[in-house]
Amino acid sequence: MKLRKFVISALRSITRNRMRSLLTMLGIIIGLASVIALVALGKGSQADIESEISSLGTNLIMVRPGSTNAHGVRGGAGSRSCLTMDDVTTLSKSAEHIQYVSPLIRVSSQIIAGNVNWNSTIQGINTTYPMIRNYEVAQGSFFSQRDMKVKAKVAVLGQTIVDELFPGQNPVGSRIRIGDIPFKVIGVLSEKGQSSTGDDQDDIVFVPSTTALYRMSDGKTVHDIMASATSELAMDQAKAEIASILRKNHRIATGDDDDFEIRDQAEIVSMATQVTGTLTMLLSAVACVSLLVGGIGIMNIMLVSVTERTREIGILIAVGARSSDILIQFLIEAVILSLSGGIIGVLTGIGIAFGLGKSMGTQVIVEPFMIIISVGFTAAVGIFFGYYPARKASALNPIEAMRYE
Amino acid sequence: MKTIQLKNIKKTFHLGGETVHALDGISLSVDRGDFLAIIGTSGSGKSTLMNIIGCLDQADHGEYFLEGLKVSQMDKNALADIRNQRIGFVFQGYNLLARTTALENVQLPLLYRRGKQINHPAKKAKEVLDMVGLAKRTHHEPNQLSGGQQQRVAIARALVTDPAIILADEPTGNLDSRTTEEILSLFQTLNDEGITIVLVTHEMDVAEHAKRVIDMRDGRIINNYKIAHRQYASM
Repeated sequence: MKLRKFVISALRSITRNRMRSLLTMLGIIIGLASVIALVALGKGSQADIESEISSLGTNLIMVRPGSTNAHGVRGGAGSRSCLTMDDVTTLSKSAEHIQYVSPLIRVSSQIIAGNVNWNSTIQGINTTYPMIRNYEVAQGSFFSQRDMKVKAKVAVLGQTIVDELFPGQNPVGSRIRIGDIPFKVIGVLSEKGQSSTGDDQDDIVFVPSTTALYRMSDGKTVHDIMASATSELAMDQAKAEIASILRKNHRIATGDDDDFEIRDQAEIVSMATQVTGTLTMLLSAVACVSLLVGGIGIMNIMLVSVTERTREIGILIAVGARSSDILIQFLIEAVILSLSGGIIGVLTGIGIAFGLGKSMGTQVIVEPFMIIISVGFTAAVGIFFGYYPARKASALNPIEAMRYE
Repeated sequence: MKTIQLKNIKKTFHLGGETVHALDGISLSVDRGDFLAIIGTSGSGKSTLMNIIGCLDQADHGEYFLEGLKVSQMDKNALADIRNQRIGFVFQGYNLLARTTALENVQLPLLYRRGKQINHPAKKAKEVLDMVGLAKRTHHEPNQLSGGQQQRVAIARALVTDPAIILADEPTGNLDSRTTEEILSLFQTLNDEGITIVLVTHEMDVAEHAKRVIDMRDGRIINNYKIAHRQYASM
């Protein structure tokens, strides 16, 4: 009952100085709005990254060659060329926890169609690769097991290649040249868009791995081996299996280091999450600073307000307000100021997040938890920074206060 | 039972190195229904006495009973409650809340009332505004009212809690002679209805509207007498 009246009188004194109240809240509004917006966008893009990574296939396992070590001079990651077609064959034959396996042979080359040309990376793969990486054929078909056997000169193009070489046409059935070798286009992949790292996943040409290896490359070097585990649960077993098979194939003695590296999507996901986690922490720090500044603004205005209303406070005490009544009244006012600043800030932040999210094409995730925390925190800021001015008001001597001009 | 009973009240202030005996052994009693004027030059201690009677300040020495309650030695919260329920203040400068309607100003003391609540605060406030003749100005704010009207709102505010006494500190100090007459007439009417009034003034012709006068100088009562020829203010 009394509290309700105090809230009403606090609201009255806030609305009495609308402009000033708004400016006071501005610090909190800006701080909170920017944090809410950034966190919502951050969470959204994190979710984007995660969903994209899982769209690559959560069961995906990548095997890369290790680094070279020639008399103590170590090459970088993948500098060794120890993976072979033989490894791929053994893996596909004997690994129980692996569903699909494919080599990946990369050749950078000029692609020529009529009088236009374009440089891109040619990837030599097995027929299993589309299943591992979730590639789909939009037009035409993918190459067959037979194409693999005969090292057929057939290619499946990504959408970017089609746009560059065959703008506005259906390339299926056309002839292209990759380097000096003539190829026939037999299919076009459906569009995949940008990867999480910003690579264009459609700037791609698929050819049979045998073709790439024997017609375009040195005939032995397999750059990567891509595999998919039978299920997400079998990931660890699949990785262990791959490791043991490859060690055996490469004749690595027990105790010696692997000459290859096995990575999976979980690691990439955790890396991406770690980055956004750091970002979130940084944002929280910014939020704290801005709320602190906002809180000081509130304290400042409350102090001005106490001084300005000294006479009024004197009257209130004279007509029988206890010190605790005055304290509570001013605290309520400070909390209403900071809390409405907080609420306006949150709403503005959500608005900004959705606006930016739409224009940048990223997902926006607003977590109720985040809103509750930040609004609760602004209320705490109000109490913390409102206490000193409220205390000052409640300690006024009514006789002197009423004489104050 | 006396409404106010003061026994040997002393109050000293320390200003710089100087000790001022603002009140130097005041003993005084006021009956229910009395109309007392305290008169004295500035520095005579009348404002200090007023503050102590009004429970805004505590005496250093002596005893103060208000309606039989020993007010001296009460703590700050208890004093606040006494002010709230038993004392109505009227000040020289009206001391109304700005940008707040007459009705809300009058209800202000009820906001801080503890214990038994008044059932219909707004209705009660309207009643007292009617008593002071402002029934038609309930929704005016102080800056829309004349000085006399503002002082009437202040009197209504003092009346709203049904106090034991009304303390008026130079209530006509800011008013012209005509309005002064009106306000004094209102006090006399209220007193006729049984309300105890203590009025502080430095003007003798204002004091002569009371029933009794105490004359103060240097913190002491030098004269305490019934007014022989009481003046009656006309509206």
